[in-house]
Amino acid sequence: MSTIIYVPNDSAAISIGADQVAALIAQEAVKRSLDIEIIRNGTRGALWLETLVEVVTPQGRIAYGPVQPEDVSSLFDADFVHGGAHRLALGLTDQIAWFAGQDRVTYKRVGLIDPLSLKDYESHGGLVGLRKAITQSGSDIVAEVTASGLRGRGGAGFPAGIKWKTVLDAPADQKYVCCNADEGDSGTFADRILIEADPFTLIEGMAIAAVAVGATQGFVYLRSEYPTAIRRLRDAISIAQSAGLLGSSVLGSKHAFNLEVRVGAGSYVCGEETAMLESLEGKRGVIRSKPPLPAIAGLFGKPTIINNVLTLASVPAVIADGAAAYAARGTGRSLGTQVFQLAGNIARGGIIETAFGITLETLVNTFGGGTLSGKPLRAIQIGGPLGAYFNSSQLGVSMDYESLAAAGGMLGHGGVVLFDDSVDLAQQAKFAMEFCALESCGKCTPCRLGSTRGAETIEKIISGVDVPANKLLLLDLCEVMTDGSLCAMGGLTPLPVKSAMNNFPEDFTGGAKK
Amino acid sequence: MTYPSWSIEEATRVLSALKNVQGPVLIALQAVQERFGYVHEDAVALIAETFNVSRADVHGVLTYYHDLRTSPAPARCIQICVAEACQAVGSRELVAAVEKKLGKKIDETHTDVEIKSAYCFGNCALSPAAMVNGELVGRATVEKVTA
Ligand SMILES: Cc1cc2nc3c(=O)[nH]c(=O)nc-3n(C[C@H](O)[C@H](O)[C@H](O)COP(=O)(O)O)c2cc1C
Ligand code: SF4
Ligand code: FES
Repeated sequence: MSTIIYVPNDSAAISIGADQVAALIAQEAVKRSLDIEIIRNGTRGALWLETLVEVVTPQGRIAYGPVQPEDVSSLFDADFVHGGAHRLALGLTDQIAWFAGQDRVTYKRVGLIDPLSLKDYESHGGLVGLRKAITQSGSDIVAEVTASGLRGRGGAGFPAGIKWKTVLDAPADQKYVCCNADEGDSGTFADRILIEADPFTLIEGMAIAAVAVGATQGFVYLRSEYPTAIRRLRDAISIAQSAGLLGSSVLGSKHAFNLEVRVGAGSYVCGEETAMLESLEGKRGVIRSKPPLPAIAGLFGKPTIINNVLTLASVPAVIADGAAAYAARGTGRSLGTQVFQLAGNIARGGIIETAFGITLETLVNTFGGGTLSGKPLRAIQIGGPLGAYFNSSQLGVSMDYESLAAAGGMLGHGGVVLFDDSVDLAQQAKFAMEFCALESCGKCTPCRLGSTRGAETIEKIISGVDVPANKLLLLDLCEVMTDGSLCAMGGLTPLPVKSAMNNFPEDFTGGAKK
Repeated sequence: MTYPSWSIEEATRVLSALKNVQGPVLIALQAVQERFGYVHEDAVALIAETFNVSRADVHGVLTYYHDLRTSPAPARCIQICVAEACQAVGSRELVAAVEKKLGKKIDETHTDVEIKSAYCFGNCALSPAAMVNGELVGRATVEKVTA
């Protein structure tokens, strides 16, 4: 029997050489007449260990990493095919502390399987949720999702079950399920990795949503910056169609559900759900006013479930294992697990899935290992470009919706970006305003023009012009943006700006930083 | 990357595959750009006619989205992520160094090589990130992106 060797085909892994590593392993095995089979799995999420090569042994999967192309021949010399000792050997993958300390629920299969093998998917617990759902009534499924406490992972944290109930109860000849895979937040990549590593989980989650509310058509709005994810999801959808998971009769049931990928066109604001609907309809991605809620009148005016990738991808586990098992994790009203993403100037970046309530300290230091540069950690931005900047005295905060809000921030999509002491928070605040100016859909004046004024004002502060007066002006502007914006683009841009001012006042005293 | 030059016949053929799409305008513009590398000015009228929408609507969509371009694609396109997680590991310096090496400014239009700013490729744990002719580069350096 040939030895199985896993080499990830995740786009981040490929961006630092995974394809070369895979090709060299194949060549070297031929040269040495070794019987191996290479399986391209998704990343296991430890991006700092990529390219992470795993060998299947009788003891389990043994890891080597980070493997550079030039390490391959020495790995063979060390007989890594049988788990031999090597400078890059990490032991059994599951026992690496970074993995062992996680609680993978939504990401249960990520990195373990060949992303496009439906057989692997099923042998790792896939389709249990959907098989159960097709025997249940819509209201039972919705009740289960509600009871699990699952909240939207796209940023707003709205309870998924309540949204689904609205769509279920809306009478209509046509309903839709739309997955928001725009993942525009900088410092986030959990949607991308899930789609690349375990696309059937998203498909299954969307199918369960469709069965629950009686939707027959689904769309995944996937950003153009993710070409690998686009290809993989399209491949997975066609495999799912051939296997009868999608189509006129989902797994032989009376439910029809078809699914299509639509590609974004480089607009951050199209991640906002109503702008996404406009974009899906082929129009300019301008925000719609609410009401009506998309759940009542969404895509093409029909009742529409809109959920983030991680929200939908959590549903199969909720249905398969029951709401209670999911809700047993977490804290307060933040139930279940969150897929955190450690990014930026970080020694050990990647995906950490744990129950809500872990401290920022544990994420940043225990998992993340501090900064990549080795210089002191100075700032952490949580929740993407609209999220707050925290300083290094605030690491005690519990990572859940309520605690982060109480600390003046937000969880957003779960991105955690580290900066060392070379960061200038006035520059970061200015960038937040510039980004808002660039991405504003243009509907509200405070967002469209206020952001440009804001960037100019911060530039004046940086240059030392009338610093106290300009700081007051900036705070005023922030207030106008918060109060006068239709959506969170203009409404939350003040969050990074004001948190930078509050938590790093020394950067707003005028005069360029040393 | 090389693309065929604009041809109304070829564009008509590309669009004919989209006849049954609901809400077709953005998809039509994307399809034209995928085929020719950019959206030629004549494509606006063609799309308007094919899908029975106003030219103003097509134009509005064309000018709204950052991805869509109205000038021919450059032979080489270097997109550099300038968002926060990449800033944290020196994307500002990377941009300056690439600009210097190529003698071109970011976000200018050129036919040979363009440097463009991008906002996150989802490679934020291996930043700075760049995309060179559609290929993602992690831990990007001047050497890697201009190689
Ligand atoms: C400017 C802006 C950008 C957003 N970008 C995204 C995004 O990229 N992905 C996402 O899932 N939600 C995004 N959202 C949140 C969506 O509007 C919406 O709340 C979410 O898709 C609902 O799904 P959920 O309840 O599962 O989170 C964004 C919101 C705003 C205001
Ligand atoms: S806040 Fe900005 S992005 Fe949101 S609707 Fe208003 S102008 Fe558009
Ligand atoms: S912020 Fe640069 S790749 Fe995500």
